[in-house]
Amino acid sequence: MSVSRPLPHDAARLHVTGQARYVDDIPSPAGTLHLAFGLSEITHGRITHLDLDPVRQAPGVKCVLVADDLPAANDVSPSAHDEPLLSTGSVHYVGQPIFLVVAASHQQARRAARMAVIDYAEEPAILTIDEALAADSRFENGPVEWATGDADQAIRDADHQLSRSLTMGGQEHFYLEGQAALAWPQEGGDMLVNTSTQHPTEIQHKVAEALGVPMHAVRVETRRMGGGFGGKESQGNALAVACAVAARATGRPCKMRYDRDDDMVITGKRHDFRIDYTVGYDEDGRIRGVFFEQFARCGWAMDLSLPVADRAMLHSDNAYHIENMRITSHRLKTNTQSATAYRGFGGPQGMLGIERVLDDVAFALGRDPLDVRRRNFYPSASAGSVPATTHYGMPVEDFVLDDICDRLAASSDYAARRQAVRDWNAANPILKKGIALTPVKFGISFTLTHLNQAGALVHVYQDGSIHLNHGGTEMGQGLFQKVAQVAAARFGVDLSMIKITATDTAKVPNTSATAASSGSDLNGMAVRIACDTIRDRLASFLAERHQAEAADVIFRDGQVHVGAESYPFATVINEAYMARISLSATGYYKTPKITWDRIRGRGRPFFYFAYGASVSEVVIDTLTGENRILRTDILHDAGASLNPALDIGQVEGAYVQGAGWLTMEELVWDDAGRLRTHAPSTYKIPACSDRPDDFRVTLYEMENREDTIYRSKAVGEPPFMHGISVLMALSDAVAACGSGGLYPDLDAPATPEQLLTAIERQRAAS
Amino acid sequence: MSMIHVSTTVNGDEVDFVCDPRETLLDVLRDRLALTGAKEGCGTGDCGACSVMVDDRLVCSCLMLGAEAEGKSIATVEGLAKGEDLHPLQEKFIEHAALQCGICTPGILVATKALLDKNPDPTETEVRYWLAGNLCRCTGYDKIIRAVMDTAADLRKAS
Ligand code: FES
Ligand code: FES
Repeated sequence: MSVSRPLPHDAARLHVTGQARYVDDIPSPAGTLHLAFGLSEITHGRITHLDLDPVRQAPGVKCVLVADDLPAANDVSPSAHDEPLLSTGSVHYVGQPIFLVVAASHQQARRAARMAVIDYAEEPAILTIDEALAADSRFENGPVEWATGDADQAIRDADHQLSRSLTMGGQEHFYLEGQAALAWPQEGGDMLVNTSTQHPTEIQHKVAEALGVPMHAVRVETRRMGGGFGGKESQGNALAVACAVAARATGRPCKMRYDRDDDMVITGKRHDFRIDYTVGYDEDGRIRGVFFEQFARCGWAMDLSLPVADRAMLHSDNAYHIENMRITSHRLKTNTQSATAYRGFGGPQGMLGIERVLDDVAFALGRDPLDVRRRNFYPSASAGSVPATTHYGMPVEDFVLDDICDRLAASSDYAARRQAVRDWNAANPILKKGIALTPVKFGISFTLTHLNQAGALVHVYQDGSIHLNHGGTEMGQGLFQKVAQVAAARFGVDLSMIKITATDTAKVPNTSATAASSGSDLNGMAVRIACDTIRDRLASFLAERHQAEAADVIFRDGQVHVGAESYPFATVINEAYMARISLSATGYYKTPKITWDRIRGRGRPFFYFAYGASVSEVVIDTLTGENRILRTDILHDAGASLNPALDIGQVEGAYVQGAGWLTMEELVWDDAGRLRTHAPSTYKIPACSDRPDDFRVTLYEMENREDTIYRSKAVGEPPFMHGISVLMALSDAVAACGSGGLYPDLDAPATPEQLLTAIERQRAAS
Repeated sequence: MSMIHVSTTVNGDEVDFVCDPRETLLDVLRDRLALTGAKEGCGTGDCGACSVMVDDRLVCSCLMLGAEAEGKSIATVEGLAKGEDLHPLQEKFIEHAALQCGICTPGILVATKALLDKNPDPTETEVRYWLAGNLCRCTGYDKIIRAVMDTAADLRKAS
């Protein structure tokens, strides 16, 4: 059967030959115009004078659009209608689009965009968490607070208490393909948009609003992205809308792509957080109560910040059953890029908070952090036992981390290697090693319940070939291949019979973003349902023709078996066509079981949890702060994997990206609010030389207890958080530079500079 | 600005084009010659997505002007396969699932071929540092290394 096979990516042959078309590779129709935004140079203020004549007179420029030139809505926000495409007179961050240049070439548009003469009346800017708190600059009226048990009392009653604060930086997505869109005006005012987006329906919606037309007049098509990671959930809206309004204004196809620097300066990134914590714990390492205060820097517009901050709260328990927990979440408004979705969607930030608490407690007690972690785990799922509930009231029915940690600790030889690290550190004054094992429990489903739905469209043509379409988008994760494997399995045909087609709002409407790791869960099910509808029609037709039971008609190996007879699939299809059987169907799926009250913070927001654990061993050079990951072992739960090759690829890539977030990817804004790390020359993502020397990834093959597509589990986001073991291992290595009395207290990213400072603190204290 | 006429060889074929003297080789390949295999990931020589060979030297085509291609011989990812027959590196990248979104893949293949042409027996460390200029945001690089080492071993056996 085609499911569970380690097949390569469906477009792999196109990728290796350079034939795979991304938006910017689509041959532009004759007469295509190119766009660029003119950007705000200040952090906050009003535009007092805008002279665009030099821009208009620049070579190649066809026209320049400002807010007043827009035909209808001036908004590219995914939520709160607070994000104008073009400034209406005020500016809120360095990089905010003010005007739109339409020119004959990409370079001409970019050069002209720099030529405006703009005067501003500057206003005070709010850049940091402390400044935002002081000014009470926030989204929603005040902080959101959830509580379970009585945290304050439990902390007081515990044997020990400790309080500390952790800051963690944001993260640039650095999808290797920058944002891009192409709009083609059609007859009667219709618009066709090709764009690199995780959310075609939202692009359709925003373009329709911007043109003042119904959604039916806009069609959005996305074949593939060169990476997304959440950065193309809402951040592509501006380009698509810009192309559409410019195409309307000029009657010509219009294309826009951000140059890398513009992309980094304009678009939102992962939310940076500060988390303050107070924990009460007993001598044996058991946590009695925790109080978290989470501060999220959301930037100038709301975007998806509320659900991101919610998910940080939802993951503040990670794998630990803590009966008394209180969380206060501040969603702060600052004059910076509007922070947005990024793989994990707040989950990594919340999870890092509690992992830090466990590490801190273990250090204070002088115990192995793995023991302290395990002591606090949720009870394992077993028949007859009553599951413990999370701090938001969801029973944890599928907890498997005890088994995962047992196996991983054994396969990675954790205990012996931990001792070897101790021995190494005792013998070596300059190079210090560290090791850590951290677990992940990640909730799967959109927390906005209505988003948990998906549609599919399947056609079988007269020759037996199959056209497959669904609402999910392909950003490299292999979704299209996994879903095609499902379709091939349902019809019992070879994968070569299935044509995977571009996501298209004209084929499947009202789709959700491909996000929250839900792509194959939702779309795999919708496709299965569509295929089964056609299959059932074929079975009834054959049953009637051959006096058999429909239930006895089997689709396997390219044949359709009816009793003792079998017929080639293509022959059956042709006969069904001649007998006037419909060979096309839609499929629709909505996730069962979920309910969620986000105001109270109670309910079952997730269909299930995905689990995993990782061990990282690192070495640091105490003279320079330089460091390396020596070895990584990961055991990750992808349920009954639909495609182990693709899933292992997701785990490896996510781990390296997570490690990048916590170690080397540093976003720096200067005092004037300008992002100074806006290119790969200054913003460092992991390179080939940074990956672990020894990298062992295994899937924990165990069926999902919930009824998901072939009992698989979502795999896009959960492994990102395995990167946390790198930060904890670095902390372990830094601790080895001292005498054991001072917790290393590393902030993230733990850059060499940061490590060096922490090492000096250790040396000073010992 | 007056345009410049350039005669060059691309993937073995003689090619003539006219371009703006400020245009990069990458823009020429993509916009004038319809060879979109080389990608722009940064435009500043930091990501390797635009890697091509110029007279047997690996270069970032975003850092070279199209006009400088005069009289040179350019090789891009499009020239790697011979018709339907993939180059062994391409086969191995597919076999090892050494790609996800695939947008870094053309640059990585061109860079890797350059390495194997001059060093058929690289150590893993040599491969890692050779490819350190080719960023990939998706894969975490492990499968890329596996594919390269495996190709090198096969090519050595075959020769
Ligand atoms: S585009 Fe040339 S190195 Fe990045
Ligand atoms: S596969 Fe996406 S950047 Fe390498």
